[in-house]
Amino acid sequence: MSASVVARLLADPAAAAEVEDWTAVFAAARGESLTGSLAFRLKGLKLPDKVGRLLADARGAAEAGRTQALWEAEMARRALAPLGLPIVLLKGTAYVAAGLAAGTGRSIGDLDILVPRTALPEVERALLAAGWEWVKEDSYDDLYYRRWMHELPPLIHSTRDRMIDVHHTILPLTARPKPDAEALVADSVALGNGLHILCPEDMVVHAAGHLFADGDLAGGLRNLWDIDRLLREFEGAEGFWQRLHDRAARHGLLSAVHRAGRLANDLYGTPVPEGWRVRDGADPLFKSRLLARDGWGHPTRRALRFGFYLRSHWLRMPPLMLARHLWRKARRRSEPA
Amino acid sequence: MAGPRFVADPPEAARTVALETLTAFYHAPSGTTHILAPPAPQILEALAGRPGEADEVLARIGERFELASDDAPAAIAARLAELEAAGLVRRA
Amino acid sequence: MRRLELRIGPVSFRIGSAWAGPLDQLECLYAGYPAAEAPCDFTVRLEPARPWRRFLRPSVAIAGDYWLPDTAPLPLSLGLLAAEMGMNLQMALGQRRYLLLHAAAVEREGRALLITGPSGAGKSTLAALLGERGWRFMGDEFALVGLDDGLLHAFPRAVSLKNEALALFPDVAPERLGPLLEGTPKGTIRHLRPNDEAVARMDQPASPALILFPRFDRELEPAVRPVGAAEVFVRLTQASTNYVALAEPGFAALTRLVTNVPGRAIDYATGEQAVALVERLWEEVR
Repeated sequence: MSASVVARLLADPAAAAEVEDWTAVFAAARGESLTGSLAFRLKGLKLPDKVGRLLADARGAAEAGRTQALWEAEMARRALAPLGLPIVLLKGTAYVAAGLAAGTGRSIGDLDILVPRTALPEVERALLAAGWEWVKEDSYDDLYYRRWMHELPPLIHSTRDRMIDVHHTILPLTARPKPDAEALVADSVALGNGLHILCPEDMVVHAAGHLFADGDLAGGLRNLWDIDRLLREFEGAEGFWQRLHDRAARHGLLSAVHRAGRLANDLYGTPVPEGWRVRDGADPLFKSRLLARDGWGHPTRRALRFGFYLRSHWLRMPPLMLARHLWRKARRRSEPA
Repeated sequence: MAGPRFVADPPEAARTVALETLTAFYHAPSGTTHILAPPAPQILEALAGRPGEADEVLARIGERFELASDDAPAAIAARLAELEAAGLVRRA
Repeated sequence: MRRLELRIGPVSFRIGSAWAGPLDQLECLYAGYPAAEAPCDFTVRLEPARPWRRFLRPSVAIAGDYWLPDTAPLPLSLGLLAAEMGMNLQMALGQRRYLLLHAAAVEREGRALLITGPSGAGKSTLAALLGERGWRFMGDEFALVGLDDGLLHAFPRAVSLKNEALALFPDVAPERLGPLLEGTPKGTIRHLRPNDEAVARMDQPASPALILFPRFDRELEPAVRPVGAAEVFVRLTQASTNYVALAEPGFAALTRLVTNVPGRAIDYATGEQAVALVERLWEEVR
């Protein structure tokens, strides 16, 4: 169960002295996109030369990724500055732009931003004018995104080949919790150049909501590590836990935030309030899903993963709509290209 | 006629290597490499940390660099638009 | 998962497979190569594309530490090719210690000749041919440029040769040849193991001395043209899978290479013409 070794090393770097099969650790870490984070956690430890070299490579890769992510944010800023809107960075790009511990070594994919829903048309226009274009999908997908999802259909930049996801809230409109999107924007923190990040409590709520209220937990170990880093960074502030509770309740994501806290505490030793550490019957299933990767980097627990895949669709849609959606997808797959 | 003001990143943000008449230009903030032909490298040098519009750029370059074009201001404006799209200059 | 570990130059691979066949073929092809250096740099996995495809019309999906989403599975008969492609993917997407150029390389007297060009331009065949004519073969798929030392480091993988090209190698010992693989994207191919010298000296780097841009066509007259540094630079960035990921050290290594090492384009119609042109150019750049 090599994903659990990776989790252990992140939580307790000194355990690196006991590792015998580093090839397996690297395979599992790469499978979970955690090599950069792991490499920074293990920096400075006395390790075999070759292990040290591979970890240094991982840090270099994370640095290069960080540069690219910040540049994408800057180019989006330049394209959207004339609109005079708050542009809120989300996820990995936000962590590195704000210099948070959660950004250290983090692998970053697309640029995710949050804008007010009313601003979507002008944001779309400005991005298209500045060289982004639609990732070509059929008209059903386009309609699906615009009506039901929490983001515009994906855009990709024509020369830089990097994607941007423009969100107007943090969960699909069809999901049961209804986060307060206006509050997310109104209470965002300015970085000084026109870009914003979510306030600390909202950042945690978003991370937990993204992990447990939307999606099938793929890459979950990394997202949970983000939550560990965020909680450790923010919890020193006076009244943080109460504010977190209030914000989570306001966004309808209290149970997701609690589950995130319990699992982070279990896997990473994250400090959470005593009252949060209750027994929940579903936690072991979530934990198993998060750790479902072996020493070959291969995803394990196929049935469990499929169960969470079904759950992710269930979370996003009312049952009747889900049935229609899956039917259309199945028909499309069986049609000749 | 005043046009938009541009600025380029300071010299420390780039690495340049001459390759015969062209310049290999590594832009550290973006991690991208550009192959630039004159007067692009000269324009970037003129705007490095010093905002200016097309006419000012022309004046700064003209001191040290001979421009072959009859319609030099239009040529400079065109190069500036290209450099902006490439992310090497931004509106000041 | 059955496993095989393999070291090629500075890179060690751990290759896992649901089937024994491809690993047996790989082990034969790389007989005499040194032991892997733990921990392995990369893991490659050959897996059934769907669980039932392990036995029913077996289909090999190429997976590993680094992967691309749309890689089509291969039939089990081409499992050896899948393993080679898997290793290529790990290098292309994950290699960070060396600047990778899509080029072949051979060495003589401590100096290296780099042969670039798109797939099918004949660089693999030319490099393999030179490797049998007194040059030390350093690799045909990837040329590894040291980021600190600017030297070329050998990565001598088995060379994939089209069936017709094999006619150029009549004296090669049969145990150096891999199985005949039919129905590959390049048609029918066989792999050729580099000779004993190439394997024995794989840890010896060389100074790059000439960058060649070959063009092969039966209609061509043999010809030589210089290639300017700017053109060499652009063509090499297009031929590098990790130039962008390496950021500034990549820029430094590549500009250093193109400003110190001359480039030449050659046209040729036969292997013999190519070898003659190379020998002539080599004298010129000494």
